[in-house]
Amino acid sequence: MRPTIGFLLALVLGSFALTSTQSTADNWPTPPATVAPVPPQISGPLTGGTADHTKFEALKQPFASGPEVTKACLSCHTETGQHFMKNIHWTWERRNPDTGQLLGKKHLVNNFCTNARGNEGMCAQCHAGYGWKDENFDFSDETNIDCLICHDTTGTYYKTPNSAGSPACSVMFEGKPAIDLALVAQSVDLPQRANCGACHFNGGGGDNVKHGDLSSALKSPTRELDVHMGVDGLNFACTACHVTKSHVWAGSRYEIAAKDHEGIGKPGQRRDVATCESCHGLAPHPVDSLAAFKRNDHISSVACQTCHIPEFARGGVATMTDWDWRTAGKTRNGAGYHESGYTQGNGAHRYTYKSIKGSFTYAENLVPLYRWFDGQMRYTTIDTKFDVNQPVAINDFTGSREDGDSRIWPFKVMRTWMPADVGNGTLVYNHLWGEDDDSYWGNYDMGKAIEHGMKEFGLPYSGQFGFVETLSYWPITHMVAPKEDALACESCHAEQGRLKGVEGIYLPGRDHNRWLDLIGIIAIAGTLIAILGHALIRLFSPKGAKH
Amino acid sequence: MAIRRVKIFSLFERFWHWSQMLLIMTLMFTGFGLHGFHHLLNFEHAVTVHTFAAFALLLLWAFSIFWLFTTRNWRHFIPTVKGMWQVLRYYILGIFKGEHHPYRKAYWRKHNPLQALTYLMLKIVLFPLIWVSGLAYLFYFLWRDAPQATEWLEGAALVHTGAAFTMVVFVLIHVYMLTTGHSFREHIMPMISGFDEVDLTPEEEAYLLKDEPEVIR
Repeated sequence: MRPTIGFLLALVLGSFALTSTQSTADNWPTPPATVAPVPPQISGPLTGGTADHTKFEALKQPFASGPEVTKACLSCHTETGQHFMKNIHWTWERRNPDTGQLLGKKHLVNNFCTNARGNEGMCAQCHAGYGWKDENFDFSDETNIDCLICHDTTGTYYKTPNSAGSPACSVMFEGKPAIDLALVAQSVDLPQRANCGACHFNGGGGDNVKHGDLSSALKSPTRELDVHMGVDGLNFACTACHVTKSHVWAGSRYEIAAKDHEGIGKPGQRRDVATCESCHGLAPHPVDSLAAFKRNDHISSVACQTCHIPEFARGGVATMTDWDWRTAGKTRNGAGYHESGYTQGNGAHRYTYKSIKGSFTYAENLVPLYRWFDGQMRYTTIDTKFDVNQPVAINDFTGSREDGDSRIWPFKVMRTWMPADVGNGTLVYNHLWGEDDDSYWGNYDMGKAIEHGMKEFGLPYSGQFGFVETLSYWPITHMVAPKEDALACESCHAEQGRLKGVEGIYLPGRDHNRWLDLIGIIAIAGTLIAILGHALIRLFSPKGAKH
Repeated sequence: MAIRRVKIFSLFERFWHWSQMLLIMTLMFTGFGLHGFHHLLNFEHAVTVHTFAAFALLLLWAFSIFWLFTTRNWRHFIPTVKGMWQVLRYYILGIFKGEHHPYRKAYWRKHNPLQALTYLMLKIVLFPLIWVSGLAYLFYFLWRDAPQATEWLEGAALVHTGAAFTMVVFVLIHVYMLTTGHSFREHIMPMISGFDEVDLTPEEEAYLLKDEPEVIR
């Protein structure tokens, strides 16, 4: 198909205006702004549903606990439990078939709060289940599934840590209003942005801390902030793109489709990816100008996100860019404290120091890092040995123009000084949360906390902890701006453009051959000097003036 | 032999020359913008104009090649060394002494040997270099998956840029040459009116007077 298009190029080009004036009228593909009232969020093919949950007898009972609600749900949705227990929201575990690495929150160390492992009493608030606080959690009991955290629409449902933790911490979760479980159960619907956002907007321990492109600003965003989710635009729920089949979602952090070769697919197909191409196809720009043709050309090398997400951490909510655990553990009068030092776009204050975590740096409206990316993340896991004197990538990636699967992607870079076993040259499981005297959060003794965390899982620990500089890379894919805000050519086609440092390509406007330019300029200057000389001699020659 | 004013540049030839001049100027302006030497046009517009101008020039060239070969005018560009030294000597030395240009246009030799050679080199070396490298560049999307495509693209860009620099040098000398010999105006007029002084043989003169009186004054 592409060659055919190519050979027709010369013919077709003749009929185009230099820039299209027609295309601006209907504003395609940017949807028109809709007027209030805001319609329900679009959740894909299931939008609208087939049942009214207020009419189900099974839900008209005074529920005493979450699992009781789950039992009622499963009494109708008979297979859902088995489906659900296969997904990553439940397993928190993922074996990468290509690298063989055992991933998932259950195992990984990140460079935010470091590790969920051993701290599930706190961290597993974001597990889609009830009561995971230690290794004894039963992953085969489907009544432990928490249906409501994703399907509640009342906004009254919430979760608290699965274990008490240190008294210094548990005080934060006291005094919350009781949940009317029957009301919540009868109000279920397809997940709204706020449902997913309860965890995904707060990754890393706070609003937009981790991803940079997923913040509470997306609960009710403008079209300008996110063209898909904007309430004055398409008003997509997350699942409009992260389409679901048997409670497994399209789109993976661990194996990203960095270059989609399939596009839209036939009706009913494509439940495997949440790529832009799965809706927009492989030639997304309507060819109404030469520039649009060239843009479609770029798709083989440049991810859609690169041009269409000019900046992340927009919408007034900052993201964290630097975290320094070295300063953690300072106390005042024997107690932990925190300091606000950053006021973000929406006026909210962010902590720049917390005794339990250290110092933070925030930023907003960030220009991403751009690199070739094949979609495959390689993690520094708990058993990876590395040189503690060098910055280490918590998740590294590769990619090149030549491998066929890579494109130039935007990334958020997170830089953290975090605890490590400097004797053995490994990362550590830090025992942050617990009722015992070793938990860092409450006792502030890093050595004890690490020793406890490593011992709990039978991991080798040299007894010598220190801090290492770590980097993590977060592909940016949300906060897609309307097309009028997309990058222009010269954002990259310029000497100091955004793709400075991206290798493996010849980029006109950015790349020059120094020597050729020098020779060319000398040749032109030389010609001018020769002409000038010739002309001057003519001018001052006795009979030369006329001829 | 008689010097007569004869129409040596047909209407098509003049149209070719001036539209080619405009297109080449456009291509140089937009091309050096794309190269990063100036930012007077945004990149998108520069690419668009550059591409359309290139296609227009290609079309013009298709017509001109057809014209050259069907009208036998290609013979004006056959290189010759006869008289070359005299022309070179004139530009190096004679011009300063107030000598007259040694070359007299003949009806089937409207360019002096240096001109003929220069224009021939332009046609068979420089222009093909620009075209081949430019088209390779333009149709990169068709061969981007070929082995070492990036290196080849860089090579094409190098040739294209190098040829562009050479074009600038040609244009500078070409325009300067107009100031030599006769006056600037006298040099430019033939390419506007079509008429220039030509050394005709008696047979040519007789033929033109009888059969093509409109081309001789």
